[in-house]
Amino acid sequence: MNHSIATSGLILDEPLLWEKGKKGRRGMSIPSSDVPAAALDPNLLGEAVDFPDLSEIDVVRHYTRLSQWNFGVDTGMYPLGSCTMKYNPKTNEQQAANPAIAAAHPMLADEQSQGVLRLLFELQQLLALITGLDAVSLQPAAGAHGELTGMLIFNAYHDSRGSKRTKILIPDTAHGTNPASAALCGYRSIPVKSDEHGMLRAESVAALMDEETAGIMLTNPNTLGLFEQEVREIAAIVHAKGGLVYGDGANMNAALGIMDAKRCGVDVLHLNLHKTFSTPHGGGGPGAGPVCVTSELEPFLPVPRVIHDGECFRLEEEQPLSVGRVHAFHGNFGVLVRAYSYILSMGRELKRASQLAVLNANYIKERLKGDFHLPYDQPCMHECVFSDKLQQEYKVSTLDMAKRLIDCGFHPPTIYFPLVVHGALMIEPTETECKEEIDQFIAALKHIAQEAREQPELLRAAPQRTKVRRLDEVQAARCPCLIGAVAQPGE
Amino acid sequence: MKELQELHLPENLGYTEDHEWAQLTGDTIRVGVSDYAQDQLGDIVFVELPAVGDSFNRGDEFGTLESVKAVSELYLPVSGQVVAVNQELEDAPELLNEDPYSNWILEIKPAAAEEYDQLLTAAAYLELLQG
Repeated sequence: MNHSIATSGLILDEPLLWEKGKKGRRGMSIPSSDVPAAALDPNLLGEAVDFPDLSEIDVVRHYTRLSQWNFGVDTGMYPLGSCTMKYNPKTNEQQAANPAIAAAHPMLADEQSQGVLRLLFELQQLLALITGLDAVSLQPAAGAHGELTGMLIFNAYHDSRGSKRTKILIPDTAHGTNPASAALCGYRSIPVKSDEHGMLRAESVAALMDEETAGIMLTNPNTLGLFEQEVREIAAIVHAKGGLVYGDGANMNAALGIMDAKRCGVDVLHLNLHKTFSTPHGGGGPGAGPVCVTSELEPFLPVPRVIHDGECFRLEEEQPLSVGRVHAFHGNFGVLVRAYSYILSMGRELKRASQLAVLNANYIKERLKGDFHLPYDQPCMHECVFSDKLQQEYKVSTLDMAKRLIDCGFHPPTIYFPLVVHGALMIEPTETECKEEIDQFIAALKHIAQEAREQPELLRAAPQRTKVRRLDEVQAARCPCLIGAVAQPGE
Repeated sequence: MKELQELHLPENLGYTEDHEWAQLTGDTIRVGVSDYAQDQLGDIVFVELPAVGDSFNRGDEFGTLESVKAVSELYLPVSGQVVAVNQELEDAPELLNEDPYSNWILEIKPAAAEEYDQLLTAAAYLELLQG
């Protein structure tokens, strides 16, 4: 490796806020009272809440120091497979912070919220255009919430036809949350095995699909980063038995403006605005998982939805077949504004974003396939999946290599997922990174492969340059400490 | 992780393709996971057990093992009713890593005794692992 971007710097330690401060410190001056004091009803009194007394600088330094321990996409490359950690353009933040948008009260009458409603309406239309589907609900707050909404729509659809279905097909290369979403809706998930090329075969679906099965949940591209080439045949088999096809759009960053979900036979698809459409995520931050459907399923979408009645934009609440509300008001509105801003900024370039995301992943795959085992050696979409098979003889695991990457200044890829690849190392560079950055990342991984052969103990002891070293994940999982220790007086 | 020849696979047990073992003792069968399973999973942090009295068919999922890496389902090697579960595992899941054979997971009263004879021998199981 020519030059590592990682160096060490001074990182300041910082206790919990409870352990800071001194009685009487404060962050603001409260004006002295100009009304006579009156005693409170003793029935209303209880134990005082044990908040620390802190000055403004105590609080500012606390959060500034914590932020310096952080690593985000604004810090460096974050190739976390399946998560699409692309850069979040700052203009999105500017639009979302605009008081005309941010301060609009969601309970205003439709006539007084035309701007907000228009934004939502246009975003619905844009997402329909991008996916090829006909109608959109912006309500779900995350990918898995979109999946659940999709399953509720499946259920409402079958109910409306007097058909009782109890099962759902889920390939072993689908997203991990799919079975849980289906189970929450009362469906029993039936796993479908992919073939030796990591592909779902129409014949495997045909063998399992029957009239007690509500449909299939397909992730396309799948979690191996491969495009399901038999998607149309699979959809035809499912439809022939009266079932529906759910498309998990979490990997949509590979296919913007390239794949028409409707023509692939998908009936319901969710999008992760926080992945594909560049809104901030990670650390559990707010997401949005809009659900797009065919016109046949439009009556089942959650309410309210924005419609245009010829004169103005309105929130439509009355829809007898709807699955009902899945979120308060407009959904995670701030996230929707950011995604709308991104789509308008990108325009037709969205397609190019997908093309570059796919190119970057294939470049990494080709450059690293001599150093790491590539279980499915074929062109990939937006991510590639390696394993630790070549490193096993040195007793070096995927976890060791991921930890070592931290020392090199990169966020590690997703590890041990998908489960169909033993010791998986799943890399998704996104379109964000330039060639120089990707070359640096490749050089770091090649260096790690060399270290695995020559100095495996270095990898087992990684990371070395971080504020904290290898964490005891086992102890953390077995005996989690969920509350801070409160300092006792005099300590 | 262990090499295949380092695995401990007792001869007196029956094995499944899903890496469980079963041992006939009197008229009940004890069930656990193989050395290969515990080694592949890595440190086990949680064991989800069924209730005594539950009945399962052969191949049914009867619980889960959670390790730092993943959650894995447990499948019953032979049909039957649960007569005992190893409560110790609830507070000390690491016992499965320490010795996956003395630390059994549950005990069942088999519904169809002949299913036990259809399990893999240690040699056949090792062959399966060798691929």
